[in-house]
Amino acid sequence: MEWIGLANYAVFMAIFICIYALLSLGLNIQWGFTGLFNAGIAGFFAVGAYTSAILTSPAVEGRLGGFDLPVPVGWIGAMLAAALIAWPIGKICLRFRSDYLAIATIGVAEIIRLVIKSEDWLTNSARGITDIPRPFGDLPYVYSQLAYLAIVAGVLLVAYLMVERQIAAPWGRMMRAIRDNEDAARAMGKDVPFRRLEAFIFGSALMGLGGALFAHFNRTITPEAIDPMIATFLVWIMLILGGSGNNRGAILGVAVVWIIWSMSEIVTDQLPHEYAVKAKYMRVFLIGLMLQLVLRFRPEGLLPEPQGTREEVSEKSK
Amino acid sequence: MDALEIINFYLVPGIVIGSIYALGAVGITLVFAILRYAHLAHGDLATLGAFLALGAVTLGGVSPYVALPVAMVLTAAAAVMIDKAFYAYLRERPKIVTVMASLGVALMVRAVVQVVWGVDSETYTRGIVRPDVWFGIRIRDRELITILAMIGLVLALHVFLQQSKWGKAMRAMSDNPDLALLSGVDNKKVVMLTWIIVGGLCAAAGVFLGLNYELKAMMGWTMLLPMFAAAILGGVGRVEGAVLGGLIVGIAEEMSTLFLPTEYKAATAFAILLLMLLVRPTGLLKGKVL
Repeated sequence: MEWIGLANYAVFMAIFICIYALLSLGLNIQWGFTGLFNAGIAGFFAVGAYTSAILTSPAVEGRLGGFDLPVPVGWIGAMLAAALIAWPIGKICLRFRSDYLAIATIGVAEIIRLVIKSEDWLTNSARGITDIPRPFGDLPYVYSQLAYLAIVAGVLLVAYLMVERQIAAPWGRMMRAIRDNEDAARAMGKDVPFRRLEAFIFGSALMGLGGALFAHFNRTITPEAIDPMIATFLVWIMLILGGSGNNRGAILGVAVVWIIWSMSEIVTDQLPHEYAVKAKYMRVFLIGLMLQLVLRFRPEGLLPEPQGTREEVSEKSK
Repeated sequence: MDALEIINFYLVPGIVIGSIYALGAVGITLVFAILRYAHLAHGDLATLGAFLALGAVTLGGVSPYVALPVAMVLTAAAAVMIDKAFYAYLRERPKIVTVMASLGVALMVRAVVQVVWGVDSETYTRGIVRPDVWFGIRIRDRELITILAMIGLVLALHVFLQQSKWGKAMRAMSDNPDLALLSGVDNKKVVMLTWIIVGGLCAAAGVFLGLNYELKAMMGWTMLLPMFAAAILGGVGRVEGAVLGGLIVGIAEEMSTLFLPTEYKAATAFAILLLMLLVRPTGLLKGKVL
């Protein structure tokens, strides 16, 4: 029975890696290609999770919805809701240097957390939303997990191909030009704040989708489901370690960091209780230290961003 | 509700928390103006200062007011070490990379506090302190000391920046770094001095927050947004602006509970921040915009 347990655990991990990979891709659009600092990833994630949960769960007394809509509608709704939150923030903050966006996104995530925790009519506050449908959730456990893995992997593949296509297109070149030399891009007649806003909204929508996939996987969503700081920071370290500006790097970083993070949890859970609590914070310390070390010794990440034009790059790799 | 009640239950607590925000915001504004990045570990540095003072109180058996200077010195040393270890080598890279590093440092500092002091709420002293009544206005000793200490520290900083040689060097770095470097200002010393001042102010903010409320590992992080709102409201780089901003944000937060559910107190600072960025990004006292 041992290997079945292991296989189940591997599938479980793979689903999480796919979900985090969506967040990492979203952040890569914002940070990797455009240079925008989003410190409120968990906020957009939560908006996506709750939006999809409200749209697709069966009707309940005492709170908004559920509307019992098909799951894909919930996912699209999650992306739209996250984009709608991102729009005014980006509109106000993207005229300035990215520091201001960092502060504002911390604020947004905090406000979203407050709303989720205190608004009974919207999110059922601390009790959260339950009975969220899961595609193929009626199958036996193993098949249901595998089916869900296939779905999230499919969504991730589509997202990856679309982002890759967009980055290789003139739009992607323009974004990198804005990131690397804003003044020059402006002199070429590019509308810098508007283009940044586009990237910020696209990235946030992907994060919302990641949240929706998480909610449907868990079938419930509560305010305590994710620790906002840890989740946001994990996605950052995943992207920086993997290689910002490189989508494959972004996904590789997710796999590496998530496996280290989960394995270290298994190790610390074996400790006696009094040490286990401390060990939990030591893990957080070490993940913070890991970021500093990557920034110092390998700022380009495991898979660096390809330099030069596409033709040059493909010639080099031959 | 008469005027006295508003003063006692909203204005006085607002000025007290505003003074604490002001202490933090002055540090944020200095880092923003001289080093030119948003320092996201600022709140957690304040947490560290508050808990270092708690260490002095429990180990040395001294009163929190004696522990305050100890905590300020230790936190200043910690700030200088953090700068040397994690920020110094990023100086040539885009500033936003340092902002990211500071987010990591925030997490690390908080983890250290959680490992050393645990996650339960703590207080410096036990028991309830009854407020004194002056002409109908109720104020506790510790609240009065918080306000006076803020005024004293900011005045001292102001004199230092205006009169001393090193204060002038710091202002020169803030106004025009290239010109300051050409005139022979020692960049490394200015950076170190900035961190000493910022670390000390952080510790003061943390200790007074712990004194008036309670000590928690998250206390500093929740203070980060109001402190940034205060610094931007006052005008980045303006010390007197940060004080003004801190007081306005503090009073606005307390007053907001007249109209809004108390859970949304924290939203007030965020609303002020967005409003200022929208209508007057230079702040009330015409500061810098990065």
